[in-house]
Amino acid sequence: MMTEFNFELTKEIELLRLVTVGSVDDGKSTLIGRLLVDTKGAFEDQLLAVRKKKGTEHIASAAEIDLAMLTDGLSAEREQGITIDVAYRYFATPKRKFIMADCPGHEQYTRNMVTGASTANAAIILIDARNGVMPQTKRHTHILGLLGISHLIVAINKMDLVDHDQATFEQIRAEMDDYCAKQGVKDLICIPMSALDGDMVAVRGDHMDWYQGQTLLETLESLSVLENDEQAFRLPVQLVNRPQTAALPDYRGFMGTIASGTVKVGDAIKAIPSGNTSTVKEIVTFDGLLEEAFAPQSVTLTLNDEIDVSRGDMLVHVGNETSDSKELTANVCWIGDEPLTVRKKYLIKHTTQSVKAMVANIDFRRDIHTLNKDEADELAMNEIGQITFKLMKPLHCDSYAGNRTTGSFIVIDTFTNNTVGAGMIV
Amino acid sequence: MSEGNKSEHKLTQLKALEAESIHIIREVVAEFRNPVMLYSVGKDSSVLLHLARKAFYPAPLPFSLLHVDTGFKFKEMYEFRDAFCKEIGANLIVRKNEDAIAKGMNPKDHGVARCCGALKTQGLLDALEEGGYDAAFGGARRDEERSRAKERVFSMRDEFGQWDPKNQRPELWNIYNGKIHDGESVRVFPISNWTEMDIWSYIREEEIPIVPLYFAKERLMVERGNLLIPYYEETRDQLLEGEEPKMIMSRFRTLGCSPCTGAVHSDASNMDEIVIEAAAARRSERETRIIDHGSNSMEDKKKEGYF
Repeated sequence: MMTEFNFELTKEIELLRLVTVGSVDDGKSTLIGRLLVDTKGAFEDQLLAVRKKKGTEHIASAAEIDLAMLTDGLSAEREQGITIDVAYRYFATPKRKFIMADCPGHEQYTRNMVTGASTANAAIILIDARNGVMPQTKRHTHILGLLGISHLIVAINKMDLVDHDQATFEQIRAEMDDYCAKQGVKDLICIPMSALDGDMVAVRGDHMDWYQGQTLLETLESLSVLENDEQAFRLPVQLVNRPQTAALPDYRGFMGTIASGTVKVGDAIKAIPSGNTSTVKEIVTFDGLLEEAFAPQSVTLTLNDEIDVSRGDMLVHVGNETSDSKELTANVCWIGDEPLTVRKKYLIKHTTQSVKAMVANIDFRRDIHTLNKDEADELAMNEIGQITFKLMKPLHCDSYAGNRTTGSFIVIDTFTNNTVGAGMIV
Repeated sequence: MSEGNKSEHKLTQLKALEAESIHIIREVVAEFRNPVMLYSVGKDSSVLLHLARKAFYPAPLPFSLLHVDTGFKFKEMYEFRDAFCKEIGANLIVRKNEDAIAKGMNPKDHGVARCCGALKTQGLLDALEEGGYDAAFGGARRDEERSRAKERVFSMRDEFGQWDPKNQRPELWNIYNGKIHDGESVRVFPISNWTEMDIWSYIREEEIPIVPLYFAKERLMVERGNLLIPYYEETRDQLLEGEEPKMIMSRFRTLGCSPCTGAVHSDASNMDEIVIEAAAARRSERETRIIDHGSNSMEDKKKEGYF
């Protein structure tokens, strides 16, 4: 045991955030259960608690487990046999740790999918090989494209029920290739599999030798997770650190999570919206000073000049700045019970700043079935549209396509305080 | 990694989790009037506290630590708590449900559910109300238990401290909605995305001090079914018939109240060995906690205001 564990290797483990979409009928619970069991993401006592027949003390195969019981955490879900909400699952291989947002596939799917997909680097879409590409598959793909997911993995499942037929797989793949090209999806990978038997999930199995690609787990282990490295430096300021202690009477540090890019000591910095400039004096962390920091590190910067910076401001490199406008156009996924209507006022929270906003115009509502742009005077729950807001003060932001952190915002209902919309700046 | 600029700009998964947790802790301090950090002296609390110290360095912690004490914690936990809080200069508040304790509440006579309800849930709700806190950090993790897998990082609670699992706010990107009405509060779980393995690996890497009970040594234990129950002279009256304490090489994977927390057989006496043991574990850590057993117990307790 001692010799098998390599502490040096654990230092190379990266984080990949995943979202899985599809319905229980596509075999999603089986697939997730399979991933958890095969990577040891679920413990024996957790599996024993959801076994179909009581009495056994060891689980011999995934077929003995009621996998939906493992994933449906709330009593109301188990009583009604439905999945209500996004659930988060964790599993790891020697190369990566995975955080998987598991989204229910039926009603309110937009709301849940948008939530689960907002933080994801990659998505797994399930297709039942017997049914092929369904309207729902296209809707999911559209939403994932809108949310800027860089890698889309299509798990063409239940291949055992179509005799592991290559032609069936190729036909579905061609259809998805065609559809994704129109959606601007950058990286599409289709994998034939049988989650029930485990073929092509963690192991290849011996039923689909005609498929040369990687297994699902190999694919997940090798996807690129570097997204923000080449982007402009953005640091939304969360707090100003002023210890005012005897040792640090005049210290002023600007605390925040680097949204994108890198920053070095000596870099010329501009504070937005004031426009004041300075240079980076120190990059402070509990573990010592850094010469350089990058996204998504949480750091504290001190500057060489005393300039006015407070929460909600953004630190950027001089010459590589955000755009500023009192008008904001964005794709909005509506997730509130009350529909969005023209002239209604909301609060928009963007990075660390909140501004009052009024709906100036509903540019269009996207028909999620035909992808047509329809005229509309409201946006109801689970609908998506392009909205123009008028803001009480300018927002310093980027486009979502260019920057997922500084290009996104949430809409808050000022009466209920609920989060009612998810915005992606055009 | 020897070459290439790109590898320098990669965070290990533990450092990525650390950055996410620090972001959450800072957002709460920025948006809430009177936050407090719940501190249970266990390993998850120790990681949470370490992250909070990192978040505000070089400033001191901008909030107090609140320990909801049941009076049933292990004496090693009290010793560690007092020494460690003093060492780091944290402001520690200890609160108990004195009323229930005075009436002799204990798990043996009143049952585990009632005892937890009075000493932990009610004790917590009373302490939060007394302090007027609008946000309370906790060290819960989503991998611990299946109802926790569905809980938000910002978990809204009504005026009674209750959780409504069917009506949770969606959480998008890393933008947290901290808007609440008067009387409402929020429980915040900055280490939601950490697993038990992450916690142990991080404690090892960061050399975070933890209660010595987590390390294996020969201890006086009573074997009760699958559980190892620690034996103390003062609590001899809690033994069941036929039980005899004996020295057993053992450690704790989780720490709760002494009558309700079991130890495990183990030789892992340092952090390297604990991480290796965690990596090979076949059964979850909650198995040693009596409170979790029963069909819905965690979800039900959380609805009532438990963490």
